Amino acid sequence: MNRWTDSLFILVVIIDFFLLAASRLRAMIRAAAAQGALLSLLALVLAWGEAQVGHTIALAAGALVVKGALIPWLLYWAIHEASIRREVEPIVGFVPSLVLGALGVGAAFALSSYLPLPTGAVHAYLVPTALSTVWTGLLLIVTRRKAVTQVIGFLVLENGVFVFGLLLSDFMPAMVEAGVLLDLFAAVFVMGIVMFDINREFSSMDTEKLSSLKD
Amino acid sequence: MIFIVLAPLALAAVAFALGSQRRRPLVLLAGGLAHLSGVVALFRSPPAPTLGGWLEFDPLARIVLGTTSVLFMVCAVYAQGYLARRSERDNRVFVGGLLVLLSAMTVVALSQHLGLLWVAIELTTLSTAPLIYFERTAPALEAAWKYLLVCSLGIAFALLGTFFVALAGGGPGGPRSLLLADLVRAGSALSPGWVRAGFVFLLVGYGTKMGLAPLHSWKPDAYGEAPGLLGALLSGGVTSVAFVAVARVVQVCGAAGESAFARAALVGMGLASMALASAFIVGQRDFKRMLAYSSVEHMGVLAFGLGVGGAAASGAMFHAVNNSLTKGVLFLAAGNIHRSYGSKRVEDVRGAARRLPVSGPLFLVGFLAITGSPPFGPFFSEFSILFGAVHAGRFVVAGLFLLFLAIIFVAMGAIVLRVVQGDPSGCPEVPRHGDTWLTAAPPLLLMAVVLALGLFLPRPLKALFDAAAARVGS
Repeated sequence: MNRWTDSLFILVVIIDFFLLAASRLRAMIRAAAAQGALLSLLALVLAWGEAQVGHTIALAAGALVVKGALIPWLLYWAIHEASIRREVEPIVGFVPSLVLGALGVGAAFALSSYLPLPTGAVHAYLVPTALSTVWTGLLLIVTRRKAVTQVIGFLVLENGVFVFGLLLSDFMPAMVEAGVLLDLFAAVFVMGIVMFDINREFSSMDTEKLSSLKD
Repeated sequence: MIFIVLAPLALAAVAFALGSQRRRPLVLLAGGLAHLSGVVALFRSPPAPTLGGWLEFDPLARIVLGTTSVLFMVCAVYAQGYLARRSERDNRVFVGGLLVLLSAMTVVALSQHLGLLWVAIELTTLSTAPLIYFERTAPALEAAWKYLLVCSLGIAFALLGTFFVALAGGGPGGPRSLLLADLVRAGSALSPGWVRAGFVFLLVGYGTKMGLAPLHSWKPDAYGEAPGLLGALLSGGVTSVAFVAVARVVQVCGAAGESAFARAALVGMGLASMALASAFIVGQRDFKRMLAYSSVEHMGVLAFGLGVGGAAASGAMFHAVNNSLTKGVLFLAAGNIHRSYGSKRVEDVRGAARRLPVSGPLFLVGFLAITGSPPFGPFFSEFSILFGAVHAGRFVVAGLFLLFLAIIFVAMGAIVLRVVQGDPSGCPEVPRHGDTWLTAAPPLLLMAVVLALGLFLPRPLKALFDAAAARVGS
């Protein structure tokens, strides 16, 4: 059991690196979807044998549907509908992004050994995985040019936050968790709507064009 | 309490369902009235905490909810005139979104639960982002996109910070709860390292929403492109409730014995915001963006007061009220000037006092009030923040505070005088967009309230500010 959990965490971090190195939009979306699906599996595995089984299953199913299917589908639809070019346009190149990502993973491990968990360790890799996924999301938002990639970055960042939230799933009220999934959905949805209008207005989804407002 | 949360939501549904473009603004008026009367009823007979202590009408909630409700009511009246002029634009989303925003702001102010607080703050972002795009122009779209992206990021960080705080109380003997009362009672049982990390993330998250430097990047764009009415509600309402969120987090930090760290961070960010605002107001060419930087400045003033603590924290509570109401005056007046000239560039606008006999002078008087000229309310609140800092022996930060206020006074004065004085002939003009009762009277009324708060501060109100500051524990 434990080996499985280990490899799940490692897979999540590998997907982080894959996202930083990916040069095709569709590959990125697929990777983000796979990460979402892994998270739902993680939620199940971590709660194995604990009391609130129904609650955990609901959380995992929610993660699978929203992160693994619904939002990736929306993104695909957005690319198709707006006929966006398929390449990722990085501001910071792929290799420097990977180096930055690796630095982030190192820092995440250092930080989590420096701050011991008051609840007792659920799993040694949980906190570093969460923090490095948050860092990857942030990097993707800052260093990629297209609106779609920024949405994917935000999705990855929220994935990291979700992993961290698994630490609390035994005592956090269900409402807050439902709120997390709903809000994520709503945020991306609104972003999607705005994106279509960006497309109509500028005939491309390049956020670089959104830079006339400055001082 | 449930009523003032649900009534605006129900009316928002009505607004979305209603087919008539002309009647829809009336729903806004109904929402404002229902909310204001609900809040008045709460003041007359303060209720016990409801929903298992998740919602409480505590001193901080009274201050911010009272102010927000008045501001919303005034804006709702203004909207009647404004939306009638903009009848070519579909106002379904605009009216519905404002009502959802009112409900979300109410929940933030009342919430005693950090999770609920977070959900409601997220809702304030989601409900306002489409409204910034009301003008349907490319710059408005850019502003809406930036607002959505920057604030969503901030909110994601705030969620992580909330998790950190939950974890800090998750150990054996910890409260295992996100209710403020439980967290404060647990005090030093909270794990200090995680509380500190949580504070950093929550300050980044809610500080983004407040618009503290260096997290303010959405603000000038959003305020510059949004209708004046929305600018008034964003700078007077949304930022104030974000201030409430920060204050709640500081309360937890204080209980966990981390208040020195939290306060130092607040003073630093407050001064940084004021410094940045003074740098960007000098030579600003767009008077709505100027107001945005003024908002960055005043959020800095609030953070500074909260960080210094004592008399300054009480002053910050007073300043939150003054800032909301005065920003309402300024944005509504600026909106009127913008409509009448069809431009918000300082080069294009002269002689607003002659063309708009109410809005022009109001813009000038509002400027005097917000920069802390006596006898208006902000003078007294800024003075008590300064007094608190000097009294605490913090002469250097008090000196910097005064310096930035002085720079901003001079720089803003130069812009506002150019806009208000002179001869309007030769400037662009949009016909039939002068002052009318519906667009000029609401900011005038707010101005009168700000003046009254300066001339005479009722004793119960002063006690309320002190109680709120004491509750936050600084």
